[in-house]
Amino acid sequence: MNAPVASIPWLVATVVAIRSETASVKTMTFDVPCWPGHLAGQHVDLRLTAEDGYVAQRSYSIASAGGLGSRIDLTVDLVADGEVSGFLHEELTVGDRIELRGPIGGYFVWSPRQDNGLLLVAGGAGIVPLMSILRTRASAKSKRPARLLYSSRNADRIIYGDELDALAALPNGVVLTHTITRGAPPGWRGERSRIGRVMLTRREFMPADDPDVFVCGPTAFVETVAGHLVAMGHAASKVRTERFGPTGEQQE
Amino acid sequence: MHVTRGFKGERRPGMADRARLPPGQFLTPEFPVLTAGPTIHTPVDHWKLALQNGGSLIATWTWDQFEALPQTELQTDIHCVTKWSKFDTRWRGVTIDDIFRAAAVEVPPTSYLMAYCDGGYTTNLLVSDLIKGRAMIATRFDDLPLLPSHGGPARLLVPHLYFWKSAKWVRRLAFRNEDDPGFWESRGYHRRGDPWREQRYDGDPE
Repeated sequence: MNAPVASIPWLVATVVAIRSETASVKTMTFDVPCWPGHLAGQHVDLRLTAEDGYVAQRSYSIASAGGLGSRIDLTVDLVADGEVSGFLHEELTVGDRIELRGPIGGYFVWSPRQDNGLLLVAGGAGIVPLMSILRTRASAKSKRPARLLYSSRNADRIIYGDELDALAALPNGVVLTHTITRGAPPGWRGERSRIGRVMLTRREFMPADDPDVFVCGPTAFVETVAGHLVAMGHAASKVRTERFGPTGEQQE
Repeated sequence: MHVTRGFKGERRPGMADRARLPPGQFLTPEFPVLTAGPTIHTPVDHWKLALQNGGSLIATWTWDQFEALPQTELQTDIHCVTKWSKFDTRWRGVTIDDIFRAAAVEVPPTSYLMAYCDGGYTTNLLVSDLIKGRAMIATRFDDLPLLPSHGGPARLLVPHLYFWKSAKWVRRLAFRNEDDPGFWESRGYHRRGDPWREQRYDGDPE
């Protein structure tokens, strides 16, 4: 017999802060009484209910560091015609109360107890769960090496740019590489193309040290990058992936 | 019911579509790809399917032998636990009934089954969720060979359960005496995963 397991309850969270990350990306901070804590990389289910009872649910990655605090950040990309992301961007204000449940997901997760090095590859809003990993790593003062390769369409779309620079400047900070795929600005010092095998090799995303690998982004991006990593000799079982659907909204 | 201030649900689908959407799902015309790791590419000449009772082999099929089994077409709605649903997807493959028949399994020896896949993925199933035309191993989507990113060359298709049960790159079905959890089922997801009962996560209603 299996012991009965309590279901993951819906909790009423209060919006305590909203900030714009880019023109189409916002981070909302929620205070969640009874939040059980989470691991870096996990997500929440969010539920909106109209007065007539109509319900819409979506999943969003948690951006804030893993741990036991009762505040969590969700970073949400505005999707064209997005039923939920549109509401979160255009209607939600500080003080609003909204239902969510979690944390969800037990595979695309990282904790400072994991002793291997880290290779993180993000495309667009795929940075969000990887930022949770990097924030968790920084607050744990982990000394294990970590690299992030972050692909953005242009410089205006880089999410968490200043904070990533600050994390890279810390002792044992993440080795950060940006790549811009369309029109890098004058003086740009990062990479200037889509991520390929040559770039992964140049940026030392090598399998020799048996790192834990996390890849998150749009489906085509993840397919390409994960394929290169496996071809370079990373064990498929060490490459954890999260793909957004073609519809773009996280987890859709 | 906790009403969300300012949410009117103006972009909700029409009544007919909503009647086909399990609770908490939304409709997409796309076919999203959700996989825990890299896409696995298995050439069909390296592909074999095995049917086992526990650890003992009942039958195996090479790709050509499998393709020679009776083919069934199925049009069905599919529902992913990450909330998207897609209507009227068209598949072709071999029903689990026909696989059992080809292996001379007249009465399933146990009530449970584990599916094992290239890449190490597993998922547990009730045999009753697989038989009587409810499930197949699919090799075609929209009349074309199933793409690797969608589980090709062959995936399980159990459309009345959340789509993580429709295991990609399936290679082995093994009858089991116990309903031991598979990959996602041991990482917080529901043992059975019926979308109409919204059995998403461990502890959701039976």
